[in-house]
Amino acid sequence: MSRQIETAVTRFLAARARFGPFEIAFWLAAFATIYVLPGRHLILTETAIWGLFALSIDLILGYAGIISLGHAAFFGVGAYAAGLLAKHEIIVEPSIALLAAGLVAAALGFATSFLVLRGSDLTRLMVTLGVSLVCFELANKFGEITGGADGLQGITMAPVFGAYRFDMFGHTAYVYTLVWLFVLFVVARRIVNSPFGLSLKAIKGNALRSSAIGIAVNWRLVAIYTLSAGYAGIAGGLLAQTQAFASLSMLSIDRSADGLLILIIGGTGYLYGGLIGSLIYRLLQDYLSDLTARYWQFWIGLLLVAIVIVGRDRIGGWIYSIEMQAARLLRRSAPASIPDQGA
Amino acid sequence: MLTILFDGVAYGMLLFVLACGLAVTLGLMNFVNLAHGAFAMAGGYITVVLVNRAGLPFVVGLVLAFFATAAIGAVLERTLYVHVYAKSHLDQVLFTIGLVFMSVAAVDYVMGSSQQFVRIPAALQGQFDVFGVGVGRYRLLIIVVCGLLTGALQLVLTGTRFGSRLRAAVDDQRVARGLGINVGAVFAVTFAVGSGLAGLGGALGAEILGLDPIFPLKYMIYFLIVVTVGGTSSITGPFLASILLGISDVAGKYYFPTLGAFVIYTIMIVVLIWRPQGLFARGTAR
Repeated sequence: MSRQIETAVTRFLAARARFGPFEIAFWLAAFATIYVLPGRHLILTETAIWGLFALSIDLILGYAGIISLGHAAFFGVGAYAAGLLAKHEIIVEPSIALLAAGLVAAALGFATSFLVLRGSDLTRLMVTLGVSLVCFELANKFGEITGGADGLQGITMAPVFGAYRFDMFGHTAYVYTLVWLFVLFVVARRIVNSPFGLSLKAIKGNALRSSAIGIAVNWRLVAIYTLSAGYAGIAGGLLAQTQAFASLSMLSIDRSADGLLILIIGGTGYLYGGLIGSLIYRLLQDYLSDLTARYWQFWIGLLLVAIVIVGRDRIGGWIYSIEMQAARLLRRSAPASIPDQGA
Repeated sequence: MLTILFDGVAYGMLLFVLACGLAVTLGLMNFVNLAHGAFAMAGGYITVVLVNRAGLPFVVGLVLAFFATAAIGAVLERTLYVHVYAKSHLDQVLFTIGLVFMSVAAVDYVMGSSQQFVRIPAALQGQFDVFGVGVGRYRLLIIVVCGLLTGALQLVLTGTRFGSRLRAAVDDQRVARGLGINVGAVFAVTFAVGSGLAGLGGALGAEILGLDPIFPLKYMIYFLIVVTVGGTSSITGPFLASILLGISDVAGKYYFPTLGAFVIYTIMIVVLIWRPQGLFARGTAR
């Protein structure tokens, strides 16, 4: 009996963890852009970084239900950490420096996660906002270390693995960013599809009942918050490394709001939301700022209001039903060729 | 020293008038309205247009700013906000941030991004000495106006039938509904008045706080501090919190200019950790 349950559970988890045809296609397309769109690598790098940042917010919002308006704190801390490590040549190898930057941000996330555990949504909102504001003020105050309002300048990046130099067209930067994004995505995907990830969803659904079935609510929240902070830190570090610059604006509340917005455009709770949202946001921003140079924010605001009024669940429902239709069509027309769809 | 205290009290009073609408919105409907500052900005810009361009007297500008913003608030409440009350906090945050973005860009488009100044009558400028303490006339006006408003609000809340309905609705919405109180209508009126007060505060404060398109973003955090530190269960809580915030901000900027707003944010975090329901809230908050 218990054996049966065990195999059923294993099968259920394995089914969740399997990459679907759409996902394979998505990542093939992403890596294809390395060769297909060489002229757009600078902008694609930024899009991928924003996608990673939104992904980090998705980890706490979509899976654990923590609303944060201050996630830019970790983004900015990661950026400054990566920038300072490179500037003072403490860790020369970029990929190891980036990991270190992520660890610094994760440490800050761990320290502040205990503040987030308490209170209602509003308290969390205010505490996360407060933490990011304090970080902003600190970075501003210690201008001799961070460069203050001028930003951290004079960063020279060493070649990746001592072989691949960051070129001015951003080719190396893009491949570097994309590989990081993919690796981190796979890790995040593995985590949220594990029993740990399922327990987070349970906490999001009802914290009291989850603790009644033996889930250590607070420690799980601390763990995911720390992880998410680390992800945001790596995203910030990537931006600092690829642009060889870190500035106060990376810590600002606008950044947090942008990250949240990107995630909402793409949808929460399935990890791709951040990446898709980042693409849409970038396209929208390009299109709208061509249309009305300074006032594109108005249309972004309108989009947000519209999304909420229509209802995020409803939009998610439309997409889901389209997906179902597509899957059914695929299955009917070519049942044997589903695994090849991505190729 | 006393001048700083005086300026701090004026600043705090101003913050209270700006934020008290938000306290009621949060307490009554549990609605996170980050766009509250947009109403204050609207009031400020309406006054600028009326006083500087149309040449109306300053006082008329203030009164019209109140009514115009209240009208905008009422219209928005009935058309847009009502759809969002029942949604999650995340949706409310997104919705109101969207409104902030729209208002910032719209004002930038119409009025330009430069800072605006309201032309104050000469009688209100300058300062005079009272027992050796420099008292700014305009700040005195702010204290008087805001003090009167606070008194009136307190009277309305504690002395009138509407006030008791409102307090009942804040305490327990469902029971209040069950007793036949039209919570929706109470809320619509309160929302309009709260927006109007924010507009008035924005008009009065244009001189002190500065008025530019990013006003709602810049002061959002201050309003939220007032409300979260003061609690939403009474009007005295936010009042004390705003006076405290006003004095500590002015004094902090005067005595420790290098620390900036750092002190205030840290205090806010400490208070929120120590008493998540607000410093002056009653023990039995939900």
